[in-house]
Amino acid sequence: MTTVARSAQAAGASVQDGLSRRRRDVPGTLFLILLLGSLLFSLAILFILLADVLTKASPVFAERGADFLTAPLSSNPSKAGVGQGIIGTAILGVIVALTAFPFGIATATYLEEYARDSRLTRFIQVNIRNLAGVPSVVYGLLGLSVFVALFESLGLGNGRNVLAGGATLAVLVLPIVIITSIEALRAVPNSIREAGYGVGASRWEVTRHLVLPAAAPGVLTGTVLALSRALGETAPLVLAGAVLGSFSADVSKVLTGSYTALPAIVYDWSRKPQDAFRADAAAAIVVLLAITLLANAIAIYLRNRYERTS
Amino acid sequence: MAHATAAAAAGVSLRGSPRRQRRERIVRLVFQGAALATVVISAFIVWTVLAQAIDFLSRIDLSQLVGIGWFPRRGIFDVATLLIGTLIVTTIAMLLAAPVGLASAIYISEYATPRVRRTVKPILEILAGIPSVVLGFFALTVITPDFVQQLFSQASVFNMAAAGIAVGVLSVPLVASVSEDAMRAVPITLREASYGLGARKITTSLRVVFPAAVSGIVAALILATSRAVGETMVVAVAAGAPQARTWDPLDPGGTMTSAMVLLASGSDQVTGNSAAFQSLFFLGLMLFVITLVLNVLGDAFVRRARQAY
Amino acid sequence: MSQLAPPPDAAVPTNGHLGPPGPDTPAVAAPILPTRDRAPVMSTGPAAASVDARDPVIRIEGLSFYYGTFRAVKDVSIEFEPNRITALIGPSGCGKSTLLRTINRMNDLIPGARVDGKVHYHGHDLYAKDVDPVEVRRRIGMVFQKPNPFPKSIYDNIAFGPRINGMKGNMDEIVESSLRRAALWDDVKDKLNQSGLALSGGQQQRLCIARAIATSPDVILMDEPCSALDPRSTLQIEELMLELKERYTIVIVTHNMQQAARASDHTVFMNMADDRAGYVVEEGATLDIFTNPRNQLTEDYVSGRFG
Repeated sequence: MTTVARSAQAAGASVQDGLSRRRRDVPGTLFLILLLGSLLFSLAILFILLADVLTKASPVFAERGADFLTAPLSSNPSKAGVGQGIIGTAILGVIVALTAFPFGIATATYLEEYARDSRLTRFIQVNIRNLAGVPSVVYGLLGLSVFVALFESLGLGNGRNVLAGGATLAVLVLPIVIITSIEALRAVPNSIREAGYGVGASRWEVTRHLVLPAAAPGVLTGTVLALSRALGETAPLVLAGAVLGSFSADVSKVLTGSYTALPAIVYDWSRKPQDAFRADAAAAIVVLLAITLLANAIAIYLRNRYERTS
Repeated sequence: MAHATAAAAAGVSLRGSPRRQRRERIVRLVFQGAALATVVISAFIVWTVLAQAIDFLSRIDLSQLVGIGWFPRRGIFDVATLLIGTLIVTTIAMLLAAPVGLASAIYISEYATPRVRRTVKPILEILAGIPSVVLGFFALTVITPDFVQQLFSQASVFNMAAAGIAVGVLSVPLVASVSEDAMRAVPITLREASYGLGARKITTSLRVVFPAAVSGIVAALILATSRAVGETMVVAVAAGAPQARTWDPLDPGGTMTSAMVLLASGSDQVTGNSAAFQSLFFLGLMLFVITLVLNVLGDAFVRRARQAY
Repeated sequence: MSQLAPPPDAAVPTNGHLGPPGPDTPAVAAPILPTRDRAPVMSTGPAAASVDARDPVIRIEGLSFYYGTFRAVKDVSIEFEPNRITALIGPSGCGKSTLLRTINRMNDLIPGARVDGKVHYHGHDLYAKDVDPVEVRRRIGMVFQKPNPFPKSIYDNIAFGPRINGMKGNMDEIVESSLRRAALWDDVKDKLNQSGLALSGGQQQRLCIARAIATSPDVILMDEPCSALDPRSTLQIEELMLELKERYTIVIVTHNMQQAARASDHTVFMNMADDRAGYVVEEGATLDIFTNPRNQLTEDYVSGRFG
């Protein structure tokens, strides 16, 4: 073979080597494994958690079935149930929905549709962002010193009632509702507003008939997520006076008397030494997760539908 | 032909309907009131926490703030115990959440197909939506016996390490999603330039995308840290209660947050005007200030990240 | 994402006309004379002026418009006579859209917007203190560059304006007559419940015209209404304008000179001065502007030497 032919062959071989090296890319493959591993780690933890809770909870449901869902709190683990917690959580949800949602949407509408860019407006926005980052336990302090004290001074017992708890949670999720509503309003194209003003509609008419309906899916998603967050909170409720331990429910005092909620029950039972209470706690967690995960799933589904149509 | 013109000229009044205008004014005032009320809420938080905290500080002897541990009913308020506890739990949490979260973000942003992304991101959101008290239960009943105590047989049933791990798990979705947003915001042209030069994906991801997204990634880490500092129920369930000052993560302990919950419930429960009760607000103040600083810092980095592109 | 990334600072809604507008079609130095059967109404000199003299519907006097401290339009004085089509032409950035929007007070929606000078509508100063901009916009309708029907049914698109403004009368009749005048009735009469967004681009724009007509204005402002449409739809809209002229006074901003020449009676040529403020260079009968302009700048623009 001539020199030229031999060197050409060598060159061809080295090019082929370089191209095939891709198949033996050790660092790249290792990296990918690392990344995938991290992702799978989170998914695995989620799976293990759910499996573990369901396993621990199943004997309770197997033995007691629906009775667990309706029975009141008790110091006897085989009699204790989450009935009072379900009622408390439900009422809290209603209070949050009725107060935080209109309040939050009104604030978001003001900031996006009405407010001029001024120092006050910017201050309000910064303030809301800061409120969103305040730990939930600090909201419990607010609930204790303001809402509980308020209801106490109104003569409603010691003030530690579901109204105070609901108000505390409402204030907690208010920044979330505001921020997600603002984003939903911003996503409405300006051309819709221009068209509305163009035919002689006033600002409220444009907002009410054109902007808010267009932003509704996004606002809805945000509020469902906020509700799900509120229903899973424990610390603010504990500080604001939810009962741990047991109490007797008085139907006439549902709003003004002692109350509890599912997360508080989970907390209380988790701390108890008896194994039987561990199982009860797991069962309570199943009920709590059913509610919060359902709300989350609804919100995610709504958002996906909304993103697909826009 | 000129109907419209003549009619218009005759009856032109541009004053508009007073009823409509009044309605506009009222709506505007109501909305403005709602917005201003958010400022009032902030003011209330600051005022109540500050007032009681100052009262607390004034009625105790400041030497009570340093002691052998956190024993509020005995009048020993060693703040360092709780700060150390917070530090331990937060550090362990971030040691877990930062790499796992960032790795997940890199995968989702640079490697995953759209279908994988669509499946994985909701799952991470579900993880983020799990109430923290549930994670606390998980830490106490699974992480401690099946993991921590397997590795370190001397660990007690309540320990801060398990709480730290669980807080880390809770924080992974936050790190992942904010980092992923930052990485997705990096223009595709930068990646194309890198691939065009013959770089492999690992090189492009680590040496091009990651540095370009660094503001957003720093923001993610700061915000996650703030969240970890504010985390309460995981610690309250799994780490026991703060006692003597300790640096050992395998010991039981407490953070500022769990101490607050224990003061309002449980064996430490005290009510009324006692100093022990007021220490609750003092802790709240410290917590509020620390998380405020972290959040403002985190927001600044988020803004920088958004400005970059 | 369920995490709370804080939103960027609140964006101030602008009407988008501060930035570069859509691609300008460079003028071709081809015959620009109208090639239609229907010749536009022209005034041909002082004698004709006294015969045609009518009170202008809109009279702009010494108008300057500011975005904050930046003067976008300076010292404009124009009269718009009834039942005429007036075209505002000029290179991009010369303030023609801004000027148009001062007529129906759309610029009020921009923070920092300020008007000096007067805009008279049937003798009334539109910027007087007791004037409600909502009323102004009912009487002076607007059609936008990109068709923007409401995400509602065709019927509700048209009915929205009259309902909001509390107009009495049979809504079905108002909807039908508006759609007829916009030459859209036949296309949509049996699908009034369909979404307005399901129509083609040209149909959507005619829907927007019908929507503007529904509030019984006597002036219609059109801001480059055909720039987002295909040539066939463009010609349809131009034909429609010539029909609408019988009932309404029309002012159209366009960067398409052939369109101005084809469809308008009167033309106003604007340009951007060195201080970036827009001003009126020349105005007159369309025929005169395009065949015998007085100003060299006008001559340069209409023959395509710049813009």
